[in-house]
Amino acid sequence: MGEYSIQELTSIFAMQGFAGISLFSVLLLMALGLAIIFGQMGVINMAHGEFMAMGAYTTYLLSVMTQSYFPDLMGYYFFIAIIASFFVAGLFGYLTEFVLIRHLYKRPLDTLLATWGLSLIMQQSFRSIFGAREVSPTLPDWLMGSWMPTDSIFIPINGMFVLGLTTIVTIGVFLLMYRSTWGLNVRATTQNRVMSGAVGINTKQVDRLTFALGCGIAGVAGAAFTTIASTGPTSGSLYIVDTFMVVVFGGAASLFGTIASAFTIAQAQSILEFFISGSMAKVFTLLALVIILMMRPEGLFSIKVRK
Amino acid sequence: MSYFSRRKFLGKTGALFSAMVAAGLITSSAMAADYPTAEVNTTGLAVTDDTVKVGILHSLTGTMAISETGAQEAEKLAIKQINESGGILGRQIEIIQEDGASDWPTFAEKSRKLLVNDDVAAVFGCWTSASRKAALPVFEKENGLLYYPTFYEGLEQSKNVIYTGQEATQQILAGLDWVAEEKDAKTFYLIGSDYIWPRTSMKIARTHIEKVLGGKVVGEEYKPLGDTQFGSVINKIRLKKPDVIFAAVVGGSNVAWFKQLNAAGITSDKQTLLTLSVTEDEVLGIGGENLEGFYSVMKYFQSLDNPNNAEFVAAFKEMHGDDSVIGDVTQAAYLGPWLWKAAVEKAGSFDVDKVVAVSEAGDIELDTAPEGYVKLHPNHHLWSKTRIGKWNKDGQATVVYESDLIEPNPFPEGYQ
Repeated sequence: MGEYSIQELTSIFAMQGFAGISLFSVLLLMALGLAIIFGQMGVINMAHGEFMAMGAYTTYLLSVMTQSYFPDLMGYYFFIAIIASFFVAGLFGYLTEFVLIRHLYKRPLDTLLATWGLSLIMQQSFRSIFGAREVSPTLPDWLMGSWMPTDSIFIPINGMFVLGLTTIVTIGVFLLMYRSTWGLNVRATTQNRVMSGAVGINTKQVDRLTFALGCGIAGVAGAAFTTIASTGPTSGSLYIVDTFMVVVFGGAASLFGTIASAFTIAQAQSILEFFISGSMAKVFTLLALVIILMMRPEGLFSIKVRK
Repeated sequence: MSYFSRRKFLGKTGALFSAMVAAGLITSSAMAADYPTAEVNTTGLAVTDDTVKVGILHSLTGTMAISETGAQEAEKLAIKQINESGGILGRQIEIIQEDGASDWPTFAEKSRKLLVNDDVAAVFGCWTSASRKAALPVFEKENGLLYYPTFYEGLEQSKNVIYTGQEATQQILAGLDWVAEEKDAKTFYLIGSDYIWPRTSMKIARTHIEKVLGGKVVGEEYKPLGDTQFGSVINKIRLKKPDVIFAAVVGGSNVAWFKQLNAAGITSDKQTLLTLSVTEDEVLGIGGENLEGFYSVMKYFQSLDNPNNAEFVAAFKEMHGDDSVIGDVTQAAYLGPWLWKAAVEKAGSFDVDKVVAVSEAGDIELDTAPEGYVKLHPNHHLWSKTRIGKWNKDGQATVVYESDLIEPNPFPEGYQ
């Protein structure tokens, strides 16, 4: 790399570092909701990507509505859109649990089939409502462009925004799951449902709210994703592989595992991609994952549970 | 009017009828009665005295539905217009639509269904090279006729396919020549999605850059389909400082690619970018503000300023709404039914062999194409102009360059 000046190389390393962190925050945000549903409840939710798409479409709708009715508010609507995405996806998750999932808790493989079916139904609904074409909300101006600490370093603002959002959501999930009574109830229920019921925890209510929370976070991820890419009916199925990869690699039930796993995968991918081509970087990352999972089938961090 | 009564009627009043036609009392250009079914259809196609059946085969579901929607809308518009102007050989066209579902084996299966069960006279359809390659053996075995609308990598010519989009050399060579001359470009960075079309296109581009233009390829990169993270690639591009980024990223990835380029400060005032794969359809998702000042090389843009196109755009919007946009492939799909009509009328028959023979004679031409004048080459591809469009903020392009009619050359020597 002798042809480049020291200053150039420093800038590139700074930006490359941020590219890795940016990918990390995207992966983590996508995986958090699934980590709760899969990790805590043992439900294999194949429709998780569609809940993300639902959040993205909610953001799109709000963008269109704001533009036609309150054009002055274009600068702020995105915050409302994130909250709305959480509640829309969460509410739909709540209903899904009531109608579909609660009948299948003792049959985890059947949840896979049922939610796969659900994901197809949701995709077709998106197609019927929004059309087959990809859509993209109009983003507020402050989300565009980049921050330049020096002349040659460009840090994309949408990347920083997703990073900030991921940090807030992660801290929120941590407080909720590990520092609140409700979180204690969730963990107790998943570890020993019968005993939890016996000591007075409303386990059905806990299940329903946990599932809704996981879906709501997926909705937030979807809203954040609109700053990076567009949304189509099948966008969800593009995300789901990466999402499961992060959760499985991290060790399903551990929040810390999910974070560590997203970080490892993102950095490996981003660094490899700088030196070899994009497709090969993905191949090597996946190969490394397979090898590590062969040695540690439970993932990087697994919680010891009496079975 | 039933078949027999018309025959009887004609038998008795044939002379009078001919006289009426001659006198211009009957104004339609062709009447079915002038072309008895037994003569225009010797191979058992679904042709009656009043109708002829054709197939439309695109993905209505699955990942490709996003792209193929516009194509099938344009084919339906063309068929509707042909029907309103009197049909083909006096027969109204009936459409049988099938869904390829973005799944290549399904394309083959539906092709067989259309050709064997429905006996359609022609099929308008397919989009990806993979779907065409899957359907091709069926069309060759059953001797069907496919009008294929997408710009593609070339290296193919089949008796049973008419290619209405550009093949690789028509699009790529003219684009690279323009950018080398106009922007004095010497170094190129090639980036594409990872499948056959971008890889073949980039191979042709690299050969042309190195052997003909005397330039240098400073980087070549492929990202998995649907990938949305371009940070590392953008940093690599920043290090290499190419004169031109030459891109063939497809589908939803495009949105991420251009949004991230913009956010990383790689905008058109500092960087020339020429893409093979952005049409008005993609711009809807990408957003004009992320593309402003970048270039696409295509044969058609919605903003083309000519009477044919004004009429086409107005008719398309009337049928599909004011918000609809028309991209390169949509226009190429629109040409399919019209080219078929021209060939059938010249052949005086719906039989595939006769229609193909006429098509291969090299004198099927359309003055009415929205892209301007086009002509069918004996090698089953179209002579067409190549244009460079510069994108504006409103999602439309300004045409900044237009080539002469370029001869199609699906098997370019020295480029493979």
